[in-house]
Amino acid sequence: MSFILDKIIYVLANAINNGMPILFGSTGEIITEKAGHLNLGIPGVMAVGGISGVVTAFFYQQSASKNTFLMILLPLLATLLGSLVMGLIYCFLTVTLRANQNVTGLALTTFGIGIGNFFGASIIKLSHSELTSVRIDETSKVFKATLPFASKLGFIGELLFSYRFLVYAGIIIALVCAYVLKRTRVGLHLRAVGENPATADAAGINVNKYKYVSTCVGSMIAGLGGFYYCIDKNGWSNDNIGPFGWLAIALVIFAIWRPNLAIFGSILFGLLLNLYDLIPALELNIKFPHGYDKLFKMVPYIVTIVVLIITSARKKRENQPPASLGLSYFREDR
Amino acid sequence: MVKSPTEKKVREPLFHIVKRDAIPWWKAWLIRIAAVLIALVVVAVITLVMTGQDPIEMYKAMFDGAVGNSTRTWNLLQDTALLLIVGLAVTPAFKMRFWNIGAQGQILVGCLATTFCMRTFTGKVPTAVLFILMIAFALIAGAVWALIPGIFKAYLNTNETLFTLMMNYIALNLVAFFCFRWSKNSGNDVIGIINRSSKTGWMPDIAGNKFLLNIIIVAVITVAAFVYLKYSKHGYEISVVGESENTARYIGINVKHVIIRTVLISGALCGLAGFLLVSGVHHTLTTDVEGGRGFTAIIVSWMAHFNPFYMILTSFLIVFLEKGAIQVASAKNLQLDDNFSDIVVGIIILFIIGCEFFINYRIKFKSKDKAEEARE
Repeated sequence: MSFILDKIIYVLANAINNGMPILFGSTGEIITEKAGHLNLGIPGVMAVGGISGVVTAFFYQQSASKNTFLMILLPLLATLLGSLVMGLIYCFLTVTLRANQNVTGLALTTFGIGIGNFFGASIIKLSHSELTSVRIDETSKVFKATLPFASKLGFIGELLFSYRFLVYAGIIIALVCAYVLKRTRVGLHLRAVGENPATADAAGINVNKYKYVSTCVGSMIAGLGGFYYCIDKNGWSNDNIGPFGWLAIALVIFAIWRPNLAIFGSILFGLLLNLYDLIPALELNIKFPHGYDKLFKMVPYIVTIVVLIITSARKKRENQPPASLGLSYFREDR
Repeated sequence: MVKSPTEKKVREPLFHIVKRDAIPWWKAWLIRIAAVLIALVVVAVITLVMTGQDPIEMYKAMFDGAVGNSTRTWNLLQDTALLLIVGLAVTPAFKMRFWNIGAQGQILVGCLATTFCMRTFTGKVPTAVLFILMIAFALIAGAVWALIPGIFKAYLNTNETLFTLMMNYIALNLVAFFCFRWSKNSGNDVIGIINRSSKTGWMPDIAGNKFLLNIIIVAVITVAAFVYLKYSKHGYEISVVGESENTARYIGINVKHVIIRTVLISGALCGLAGFLLVSGVHHTLTTDVEGGRGFTAIIVSWMAHFNPFYMILTSFLIVFLEKGAIQVASAKNLQLDDNFSDIVVGIIILFIIGCEFFINYRIKFKSKDKAEEARE
């Protein structure tokens, strides 16, 4: 019995851990999309968020006096700052300059991943190591610290309390976002801006302010996802965050624009992503030849497409994308 | 008019924004060139501050890297052509407001189909037939990959941006899978150059130049695309559907039919780009054979306002910057990583995207307004 339980806990913990960068990314993207902005720059934002945190952590690790608190705080602040800058670039172009959102987002992705890779590679050069990735073991160890009583509570403790604090932060952020969007006046205004900015404007809502704030906050949350990924992998390696960014955008659809559903979605995506690697751990006597992991990696995307088709086929009004998603707003347009 | 005191206190904004009716083409291009120049200055400052390298040296190295010798120049021209064909491929769909960001996937399945034909039919059919098979398979593969989201868009109005995006990753993993299956030393995922000695299924050289045929094919397609979009009935229907689906329906255009037909063309052209990449350039299949062209082409097409001839310029600009920036990385007097090229290109593209605002809109300052009113 406990053997099976152990397996389930192992699989679930693995899935939660894998899904967490996607959850951060998609929570951020949901807020952004609710304001009517399809930010395809999320992979770039996550890369910049990740590398900002990693660079800070890397240099702080080498400083003489180390303080655990600062070791956590500084990388997080750097991550938030880096992704905020990316969010501001996106906002300025799409809100103020009314540029095409798809084009801007894609350019931002190229730009952001370029920045990540460039600094990743430069730091490797700076540290004169032969490695292909920037390692921040010390910092990620600090971030791995879990609640002290977790191990004493048996499998419940392991299932519920054994994660690093960023996991709880991610879930709480998603829940708060869900609450704000659904139950508060701010959320109502935000949704109004995304559905019909002209009406919102007429009702006295400052459309641009809402768009700016939601996109920037969304980017900062997404940036944390990038940093989580780096912490999880003990450092930066080139080109690895991008796919998570696209999965985050996929998860937005999967969760039909609801952050609370995104939590479960992220766990499912995390599970699907690692399905192939999990099969041997489960000892289920199913053997797939080597190389089939690539086919397994398609599954999250196929699932997303199926959800996309179903939501569009059912045409339920509350499950649709925000009506003005992807369109820029100009007050004098008719 | 007498103003009440309360009205006077209302702070008028310093400026407001109005849409321009039309702008002379030379003014528009002046704005764009100015944007590129400002971007170059920004890149120079960033280079200096972030890396401490001499920006003038960097630009010299970039220029040398792009057109420094004849091989580089031919490579530049070929890559421009390859980016251009993808740009041409996505354009009809964009004009119709079908955001096909799945060019990456459509190219990849085109590459996959071409590779499949080269591996399977080499030696079994005459070379001419082999080429026909390769092209046909690539066209069909790309078209099918675009058709799936297209059908759902036409009948269920499923969001095509997100659908095509997902299709990219399915294609990518499919290619990764076949790279593994077809690899020579099982497990290292490297297929290797196909038909290295016989060169069967390789695009033939013209006058001893291996780049020329690719470029000529794309040039022909460019002219064809221009004529198709501007002078054919199809092109007209595409722009009407793009402007307003309701108008299109009202004047008797079958919108579903147009959507499906257009994404078919779009996908097939992407498949053809895949064929060129495998048969004309790489002669093998890897997961990054597509080289990010699917996304860059969207920017190329959009910057050129969907005009095939402007696209020659925009794709040339981007490839020039990319090629130059990559060579900068290997320049001995500079210490820059080759990922720096993405940053340079990214900044310049962001500036070009931003400058469109100043082409489409005009900023009216308050004081100027008053002066204008007085004149009237």
